[in-house]
Amino acid sequence: MSEKLIELLMSWGINERLATSQVEYLAGYTVPFAIWETIYTTVLATLFAYVIGLPLGIILVTGEKAGIRPLPAALMKVLNTIVNLLRSVPFLILMVCVAPLSRLIVGTSIGTVASIVPLTLAAAPFVARVVESSLREMDRGVIEAAQSMGCSPWEIVTKVMLPECRPSLITGLTTATITILSYGAMAGTIGGGGLGAMALLRGHGRQETVVLYIAVIFLVVLVQIIQSIGTAVAVKTDRRIQHTQTKRRKGK
Amino acid sequence: MAEPIIRLTGLTKHFGGGENEVAALNDINIEIQRGEIFGVIGLSGAGKSTLVRCINLLERPTTGSVVVDGKEMTALSPKELRQARKSIGMIFQGFNLLMQRTALDNICFPMELAGKPRKEAVARARELLEIVDLASKENAYPAQLSGGQKQRIAIARTLAMDPQVLLCDEATSALDPKTTRDILRLIQDINKRLGITVVVITHEMKVIEEICSRVAILDHGNLAETGTVEEVFASPKSEAGRRLVYPDGVPYEMLRQEAHTARVIRVAFNGGTAYQPLIASLAIDCGVKANILGADTRNIDGRAFGTMLLGLPEDETQVAKAMAYIRSQKDITVEEVPDYHE
Ligand SMILES: Nc1ncnc2c1ncn2[C@@H]1O[C@H](COP(=O)(O)OP(=O)(O)OP(=O)(O)O)[C@@H](O)[C@H]1O
Ligand SMILES: [Mg+2]
Repeated sequence: MSEKLIELLMSWGINERLATSQVEYLAGYTVPFAIWETIYTTVLATLFAYVIGLPLGIILVTGEKAGIRPLPAALMKVLNTIVNLLRSVPFLILMVCVAPLSRLIVGTSIGTVASIVPLTLAAAPFVARVVESSLREMDRGVIEAAQSMGCSPWEIVTKVMLPECRPSLITGLTTATITILSYGAMAGTIGGGGLGAMALLRGHGRQETVVLYIAVIFLVVLVQIIQSIGTAVAVKTDRRIQHTQTKRRKGK
Repeated sequence: MAEPIIRLTGLTKHFGGGENEVAALNDINIEIQRGEIFGVIGLSGAGKSTLVRCINLLERPTTGSVVVDGKEMTALSPKELRQARKSIGMIFQGFNLLMQRTALDNICFPMELAGKPRKEAVARARELLEIVDLASKENAYPAQLSGGQKQRIAIARTLAMDPQVLLCDEATSALDPKTTRDILRLIQDINKRLGITVVVITHEMKVIEEICSRVAILDHGNLAETGTVEEVFASPKSEAGRRLVYPDGVPYEMLRQEAHTARVIRVAFNGGTAYQPLIASLAIDCGVKANILGADTRNIDGRAFGTMLLGLPEDETQVAKAMAYIRSQKDITVEEVPDYHE
């Protein structure tokens, strides 16, 4: 089997050494493991990014002067500046800069687990903005109706804003997950694993083009799957749309 | 008279500050009695919405007092205010339903806030759906309902709070005449059956006529007049009242009753001076106060064309003086209107 593959690669003009090393590399469990690493880094980083970004996004909306629970203008200014600052630092640089923080939190600054720290830190302000823009779509009248019924700010957030913005929040979650997935691909530079590292270190670093393409293809497929599921869930659960007429759509 | 359920005293609301300051409400004093349907009418921008939003403090008054059911609303803590709001229902022009909840769950919403067990809440919501005549729509989402149906659900939702007062801000303005009538009937029915005091805000006379017992007329943030609907409609005392009751002009008989407007003259402009200077010079040069009753004039290059109706005082010499003065102007003709009817 592997001989046939090596021959095939060599027939594409790849030299024997590269063909052999690539086939050996791909024959093991490395690809499934890389996929698994990508998925769990992405899922964990997204989760932690939302733990920070969701409350932050909510505060950015509710804490405004005209919001439901105004906070001191100075505090809002500080929050906005921090979010903008973190968003303007390129991820590669951020990753290197937060090495001490990673060491503090997970005990090491290199490797897959360590890459979750800079990922979370880079994604949290992004998530905050995504959540903020979803919540801004909220109809003010509905919030007023809730206030007129004696809702507290907490009740408005949990029982009105979040449920009413659910479709848009899910769309945002999809975008955020995909962004984190693509950031994660850069984590190879600090020894993180996953499809990104596979493409970067093996594929690009050692000119193993086949490995590179296979890694990229799996990344593309993962993004497609996430996007399709996200869109489908957002549309399916949106009660403003009448589903009787919409036919089942296949992923775009 | 019994203690009013709503009493607004010296209510003032200003928006913005500095140069952009808008006085939306000026020294409003209104008392609304328990169990009545009280109307507030005025043109767009008169401050109606601001007024009604001051009752449940969605808008905090700049000065003045708002007493609802014996409580001074402006003095309550945020928590007390939320509690007080639970007995003041409000419905809106835009319905403001929760789009991601079914009709039934929308009605359950205030009961959920109050911590009512789900089973009881659903049972009560079904009763309310019966009251608003929409029992068949309990599982429909707002997007699947017509405007009138949405407003019925919104009404049922506020009724779920067991309110003492129902505030309606242009609740029928987005609906067609037939649906408007149905919703008004429903509100009237609720008022009668449940004894809920209703405050209706509208810019439509019809709505007031249909269901209100008393009415207040707002004009540019001022309370122009209040009275029973019959009184106000039979003989509006204020300028704003007349404009609303007689949008096409005031009958001559009514003008005669006014102390200062006993004679009516028609002035025709044929391209001479604009009309503002004329009114001003009448006052300054002749000491005659003219009242513009109606005008259909336009300015073209600073010259006036068209006709204008002026009300003059009864006094014979003043009328003669005014007529003589106007006749002496270029390109203006004037005649007395002996019997002015619109
Ligand atoms: N939040 C606000 N900030 C600044 N000005 C406001 C605000 N709300 C209302 N106003 C101003 O107050 C005045 C009264 O507005 P209001 O909405 O009460 O009028 P309204 O009688 O309800 O009019 P409509 O019939 O058009 O609803 C208007 O001049 C409006 O521009
Ligand atoms: Mg209004």
